[in-house]
Amino acid sequence: MSGALRFVRRNPTIAVGALMLLAVALAAVFAPLIAGDPLLLVPIDRLLPPSAAHLLGTDHLGRDVFARAVYGARISLIVGLSVAVVSIAIGLAIGLAAGYWRRFDAVVMRFMDGLMAIPSILLAIALVSLNRASVGIVIVAITIPEVPRIVRLVRSVVLTVREMPYIEAAVSGGSPARKIILRHILPSTIAPLIVQGTYITASAILVEAGLSFLGAGVPPEIPTWGNMIAGSRLYVGRAPWTIFAPGVLLALVILAVNLLGDGLRDRLDVRLARRM
Amino acid sequence: MNPPAPMSAPVGAPVVEVTDLAKHFPVHRGVLRREVARVRAVDGVSLSILPGETLCLVGESGCGKSTVGRLILRLMQPTGGRIVLGGVDVTTLGEAAMRPHRRHAQMVFQDPYASLNPRLPAGTIVGEPLENYSDISAAARTEKVAALLERVGLSAQAMGRYAFEFSGGQRQRLGIARALALDPGLIVADEAVSALDVSVQAQVLNLLMDLQEERGIAYLFISHDLGVVEHIGHRIAVMYLGQIVELADKATIFDRPLHPYTEALIAAAPVADPRARRERLVLEGDIPSPMNPPTGCRFHTRCPIAVARCQTEVPVLREAAPGHVVSCHLRP
Repeated sequence: MSGALRFVRRNPTIAVGALMLLAVALAAVFAPLIAGDPLLLVPIDRLLPPSAAHLLGTDHLGRDVFARAVYGARISLIVGLSVAVVSIAIGLAIGLAAGYWRRFDAVVMRFMDGLMAIPSILLAIALVSLNRASVGIVIVAITIPEVPRIVRLVRSVVLTVREMPYIEAAVSGGSPARKIILRHILPSTIAPLIVQGTYITASAILVEAGLSFLGAGVPPEIPTWGNMIAGSRLYVGRAPWTIFAPGVLLALVILAVNLLGDGLRDRLDVRLARRM
Repeated sequence: MNPPAPMSAPVGAPVVEVTDLAKHFPVHRGVLRREVARVRAVDGVSLSILPGETLCLVGESGCGKSTVGRLILRLMQPTGGRIVLGGVDVTTLGEAAMRPHRRHAQMVFQDPYASLNPRLPAGTIVGEPLENYSDISAAARTEKVAALLERVGLSAQAMGRYAFEFSGGQRQRLGIARALALDPGLIVADEAVSALDVSVQAQVLNLLMDLQEERGIAYLFISHDLGVVEHIGHRIAVMYLGQIVELADKATIFDRPLHPYTEALIAAAPVADPRARRERLVLEGDIPSPMNPPTGCRFHTRCPIAVARCQTEVPVLREAAPGHVVSCHLRP
């Protein structure tokens, strides 16, 4: 127990960020247990202020804001984590190959430069209007412009590490490229990727909220923080809780993810001084 | 050229034979990345090393001696020349085709810190070459790694420790154990002791010499430290600006050097006797750029005995005595 306490004291940002995220994640996972039906319309109860029956009040269609906020957390977290995981998986593979094989590098990096020029909001609007709106499409749309950032990060690590004499030693010891990449290069990319992953999560959550707000995100029948804010913006004067609940949650989750990322960066970037 | 019989009289076919080896690095400039010049890091080096022999390669920083070592191990692609390793011409082999031949020549690196992966335990580092070439079980490999560690003066318990837990000398022993793992005929030691304390240097040198006696390993020992070279070498090759200017057995190089550059190197080496009187022979100026080497004899810009001919005519390596080659118009 004292070990955990010492960790919290030394890494307060990691602890605070992780706890906040954990709370939101638990609420999202156990949403059916702690919240009512987010889609239930009770027109007679519309725009009720917070009370015991409706913890965060109701919106203009009489839906429970607390339930919708809790279910909305699911979308935010799913999109944020999926974008981070998928873009890291793709970017890591491309980045390792590009950093190691110079020929591949020359071609791939120009393509990545092109991808970086695409704004994710525009790409998402284009993809959603070409296909049926779905969470999957939103994830794809946000992932594509994130991939080049990961590729660049991984490539820069590979370029640094591949010049180390221990790589030459592995080559002269007869290790094939696959082994050199996986054993000697890949581990050095993990720490920066974890940190970058948190920032990508935060930015993906924000972009998804923006898309939902614009009506270009996930299907409108699924409650998300973005479409809650969009639907309530006409009633902000009469019922501010309808906008504050998703807005504050969004801000807190972004804050938590960024705190976690900053803490991890400070902790992981101290190069190998002590092993984790 | 036939090497003279050194003290321990190595015999047999050369473990490595290099002819006219060259490595030119192109220099690209401008938007179009046009090649504007070439750095002639190694420019026509020939040498051969017999089993159980130590050939030392000496010269100033930037003379291309490390590049020669890396070319022999095919860590770099040579621009020209021929490398015959263990009887096989490996000059143009691709990455995959080269792999089976890599086991014949291994390397010990200068920096005992950067040459060991900080994220891996010592046992994995030393055992990695074994994984690549033998199908022995993990248990057998562990046993072999333990034996290697003990041979280089570390305990078998060191296997589970990480590189940062060792001292510089111990790390270099790990590097030697890794190089020994495949039982190579040749070890290229690139400034292998120059990063170590003097007392540790002596221990590591003695370890290398014991291993040579025990296993008949040949060394290409790259160094700028003549004291170390005098201790470990059988033959010595002196390099200047990418070329060998003199090559002979150790006693000849130290007692009867012919090339003025060799003389200057020896005169510049510190002597442990404060009363020793030595002829001061200080070279003027810096080593010229290998991008634009001087015409004629490459050494003429700094040579104390240069004459007009040296500026125009390129000297060739000639045999001054059996096993003693030198490239100078005026000597012998």
